[in-house]
Amino acid sequence: MTDISLSPHGAAAAKAQSNSIFRHARYVVAENPVTGAAFGLFILIALCALIGPYVVPYDPLASDTSATLASPSFKHWFGTDQLGRDIFSRVIVATRLDFTIAISSVMLVFAMGGFAGIAAGFFGGWTDRIVGRISDTIMAFPLFVLAMGIVAALGNTVTNIVLATAIVNFPLYVRVARAEANVRRDAGFVQAARLSGNGDFRILLMHILPNIMPIMMVQISLTMGYAILNAAGLSFIGLGVRPPTPEWGIMVAEGAGNIISGEWWIALFPGAALMIAVFCFNLLGDGLRDLVDPQRRT
Amino acid sequence: MAKKKPTKTEELLRNSDKSLPLLDVQDLTVEFVTRRGIVRAVQHINISVAKGESLAIVGESGSGKSVTSYAVMRILDRAGRITDGTVMFSGIDLRAMPENEIRDLRGREMSMIFQSPRLALNPIRKIGRQIEDVLHQHAQVDSGLVSEKAIEMLEHVRIARPRERYHAYPFELSGGMCQRVVIALALACKPQLLIADEPTTGLDVTTQKAVMDLTVDLTRERGMSMILITHDLGLAAAYCDRIVVMEKGHVVETAQAERIFKAPSHRYTRKLMRATPRPGVTLRDLLPEEEAKSARPIGHTDRHAAKPLLVVEKLVKEYPRNDARGTLTKLFGPRPAVEPENFRAVDGISFTVDRGESVGLVGESGCGKSTTSMMVMRLIDKTAGTIMFDGEDIGEIPARKFATLPLRKRIQMVFQDPTDSLNPRFTAARAIADPILRLGNGERAFVRERCEELARQVGLPVELLDRFPHQLSGGQKARVGIARAIALKPDLIVLDEPTAALDVSVQAVVLNLLQDLKDSLGMSYLFVSHDLNVVRLLCDRVIVMQTGQIVEQGPTDQVLVAPQAAYTRDLLTAIPHPPL
Amino acid sequence: MLTLISRRMMLVIPNLIGVVIITFLLTRALPGDPAAYFAGPAADKQAIEQIRVKLGLDKPLIVQFGRYVADLGHLNLGNSLTTGQPVLTEIKNRLPASAELTLFGLILSMSIAVPLGILAAVKQGSWIDHTCRVVATAGVSLPVFFTGLLLVYVFYFLLGWSPAPLGRLDVFFSPPPQITGFYLVDSLLNRDLSTFRAALSQLLLPGLTLCIFSLAPITRMTRASMLAVLASDFVRTASASGLDSRTVILTYAFRNAMLPVVTTLGMVFSFLLGANVLVEKVFAWPGIGSYAVEALIASDFAPVQGFVLAMAILYVLLNLIIDVLYGIIDPRVRLET
Repeated sequence: MTDISLSPHGAAAAKAQSNSIFRHARYVVAENPVTGAAFGLFILIALCALIGPYVVPYDPLASDTSATLASPSFKHWFGTDQLGRDIFSRVIVATRLDFTIAISSVMLVFAMGGFAGIAAGFFGGWTDRIVGRISDTIMAFPLFVLAMGIVAALGNTVTNIVLATAIVNFPLYVRVARAEANVRRDAGFVQAARLSGNGDFRILLMHILPNIMPIMMVQISLTMGYAILNAAGLSFIGLGVRPPTPEWGIMVAEGAGNIISGEWWIALFPGAALMIAVFCFNLLGDGLRDLVDPQRRT
Repeated sequence: MAKKKPTKTEELLRNSDKSLPLLDVQDLTVEFVTRRGIVRAVQHINISVAKGESLAIVGESGSGKSVTSYAVMRILDRAGRITDGTVMFSGIDLRAMPENEIRDLRGREMSMIFQSPRLALNPIRKIGRQIEDVLHQHAQVDSGLVSEKAIEMLEHVRIARPRERYHAYPFELSGGMCQRVVIALALACKPQLLIADEPTTGLDVTTQKAVMDLTVDLTRERGMSMILITHDLGLAAAYCDRIVVMEKGHVVETAQAERIFKAPSHRYTRKLMRATPRPGVTLRDLLPEEEAKSARPIGHTDRHAAKPLLVVEKLVKEYPRNDARGTLTKLFGPRPAVEPENFRAVDGISFTVDRGESVGLVGESGCGKSTTSMMVMRLIDKTAGTIMFDGEDIGEIPARKFATLPLRKRIQMVFQDPTDSLNPRFTAARAIADPILRLGNGERAFVRERCEELARQVGLPVELLDRFPHQLSGGQKARVGIARAIALKPDLIVLDEPTAALDVSVQAVVLNLLQDLKDSLGMSYLFVSHDLNVVRLLCDRVIVMQTGQIVEQGPTDQVLVAPQAAYTRDLLTAIPHPPL
Repeated sequence: MLTLISRRMMLVIPNLIGVVIITFLLTRALPGDPAAYFAGPAADKQAIEQIRVKLGLDKPLIVQFGRYVADLGHLNLGNSLTTGQPVLTEIKNRLPASAELTLFGLILSMSIAVPLGILAAVKQGSWIDHTCRVVATAGVSLPVFFTGLLLVYVFYFLLGWSPAPLGRLDVFFSPPPQITGFYLVDSLLNRDLSTFRAALSQLLLPGLTLCIFSLAPITRMTRASMLAVLASDFVRTASASGLDSRTVILTYAFRNAMLPVVTTLGMVFSFLLGANVLVEKVFAWPGIGSYAVEALIASDFAPVQGFVLAMAILYVLLNLIIDVLYGIIDPRVRLET
């Protein structure tokens, strides 16, 4: 930005603004302590993803025939599976893979869908029609079914899971970004920017994008949960991740057969981890939305 | 449904003392629980309305006038509650009444009409049915006759072809028509009190007159009392017997309508009175007495020496008709009746703006005045005609390209909504600096100094420059918008209803500021407005537009005093005239 | 009304074209050799070549597309490698099982979610409201296959209330004579109460799983739109004219609030049809979802393609119904011709 020379109090103003955001954040957390808890949980999950593999008590792939199907105990907190692998270690180590899949697919779709949506909303006309047609066509499929089809066709790999998750999320991002850009297209401040000599590209970058960013952040947080569920669902039906790689969805699938014979822990712990992670992202999304837009509280 | 037996409250109402005021509000206090703690919206106010009397509650935004009416009807939202005082209706204590009994009073004994009539009706229910709902509720008519009664009500509010309109949905009616339906709804059960909350805000001035005349006629006819809540002192004085002036939750003055205008006693009333634009005054008269004295006299444009800065000839803008049908339907669907493909928003208009001149462009909504100003601004492209600016045909330059040309500097704009026209993420200084940074030459190093200079010029305290729009008041935001528009010393400024979103007292100050800036900087103004009283004050010449065409143009004194076109006369008579 | 339906039908056409193109691209624009995909993992080189010629994969892409469309026109979706049956027949046979499950789950969830959402909005801040918020956030966080397994564990293993999660009907019962293909309906039509009960007991858990899954979005949307409508001007007018709260909430607020909910149903169906696949796998439900999953594991591509296509067409038709429903509620859509 060019306003370094603009304001002797620039730093002070920026500080005042960040102060006020901070204060507002504190207010939101105080009003809704659940958001604070969700944030703490998020840190914990991120920590598991970062250092999990180095701190777990067992090798997640090492089988131990002497301790198969052991129920949770002091030695194996979450018990062991059919091959005697330690479920606690596997659940923790899996965090990284699930997290990576979710983040990379969300980043990918944020880049594609966000860009396409803003362009469609801002320029209208043909850009809008083409982007609209693409996302309509994707939306014509039940999303999970399309993801299945894509992974089946492109090949059974983790990369394709990421790609498929990104593609099925594309219309959601386009819709949000398009709507937000569209209402701002004729806003007074955009016209004023045009009168001040800003070209289209500059207006998009300096005036529209910063105003849409907060809403897109909420969208990211909300779809992170969906991305994790989607990826886990695909691996549950045997797509993408292959055994013995530890991943929550596939671990639940491995334990599914044991449920009816009462060995609940094999499926429960990875399933619970999955649920907590998604829950955490959804709560964070709601909290972020409160932060960004107090009127749209739910 | 058979007629109900009269309830206890009904008996009470019948037998009440005829000498009592119909509505008597004593010591009313209303509080709202907000994020920032408890806010007292209304504090210890006293208001009374006699039978058959019409009373106006006048105040600027935040004065508590609407809250008062909601409190009387007991329809405050969840955050608000009455904490003190009594509300007596025909001798009955409304505050103490249980919810199911007061519900019975609403609509039958006292009813209410709101602003934005289109939103006040259920969008997916036939209007006739909505009137029936109220009749049914209060068991006013036998169910066999209820639709006849609803049609009769539509006739009463002068809706043509009521039998057909009974089946219409709100979206099929104009704003003025919707307001008539709302009035029919409110009067259906012959209440004794009608509360009208800004009933004409957002309606055109001619529609406003029709709606107000109708309301007053109907209430007089039925011997009803009325409370009119408005920000417009002129409207209040023209239609009501007595006026209550509110400021920040307090009643500051209550008096007969004429008295308020002739001898306002409270300081605030005087200020409000003075600030209301009306015939026979100058811009300076709008300011509070102290300031008016110290203000410089208004400069006069030497029109003879002036040569045209802007020449617009046969300007046309067409839009394709809004057609929801897709291509496929167009190919296979039934052929529609032949109608022109395009809709002419602006239909061949010609006018000039001289150097240093201020020209008013007036008309009702949809007349094409905003489209015209957008074309002159080069924000949208014309369909036909020429726009000559200082000898150059700028109409030929596509709007997209115009943004970065040096010419851009010379035509700037002040927008209608000061909030919407400022980027929420830019500080005031950054907003003012934007045109300088993009189009200014050699001034980059001194941007801050220039911003401060501009702030002083528009009367914005320099320390506010580092604030964000949400930290500024409406008037301050308007000043930022003006500072941004004059930053590049333009020759022409288009003012698009620059004061429409402001309270009258702020409007008075901003209008004076605009006049001073024009005098000191020698700019020309194209002033787009629907308010003839404001145009009268600021403009040398007036152009009146209707349905895309110019019906009349000429010097302000001539057009507004001795109008030639019938439409101009209609507009002028529709302005509420206070009894002076 | 007829014009509305025909107009919506027109809008369906581009969507169907898009669906056909995408399913075609999914099979032909593969990085590997599509012939090898269709031939399956066990095929040798010669078999792959045979498939290639048989499917016309040696021809230019546009010719292949023409052939693909022609095949679709003849309702030919190819044959399954594992069962040798035409894909279309198998999908047709299995569709009622999936449809019965999905509809059961949806109806169950609507009948809980809509009243819950309305109550939460009307009594904002009450315990119902808080329950509603918890349901809404927790519900979307539950992986549907996990919910299913938990229910099986609790109701089958621990409590023993529910039969083994193995298909639509216990082995001791024979399916009712096919009329609609829905066991619940058919058994009732046949006045066979014991079969009805058996079918219901099998359907209850998977149905409940889908219900829990779709509860959250519907509750959330109902509550939000009801809140918005309750705060709107016309509801204020209605209460200022003294209408009783029943009329205000049901006649004025509810019908308007249903509009966004009906729109959300489209999205809910999208999720539901996807979740259906996972639930069918958990409960060994013989629907088209588990058919597709079995085919996926066997790398049998034709059924997968057929499944994706069938689901998409089904979904497009469901959206059509939703649009028409919307038009019935909202005169603005109905009359805008």
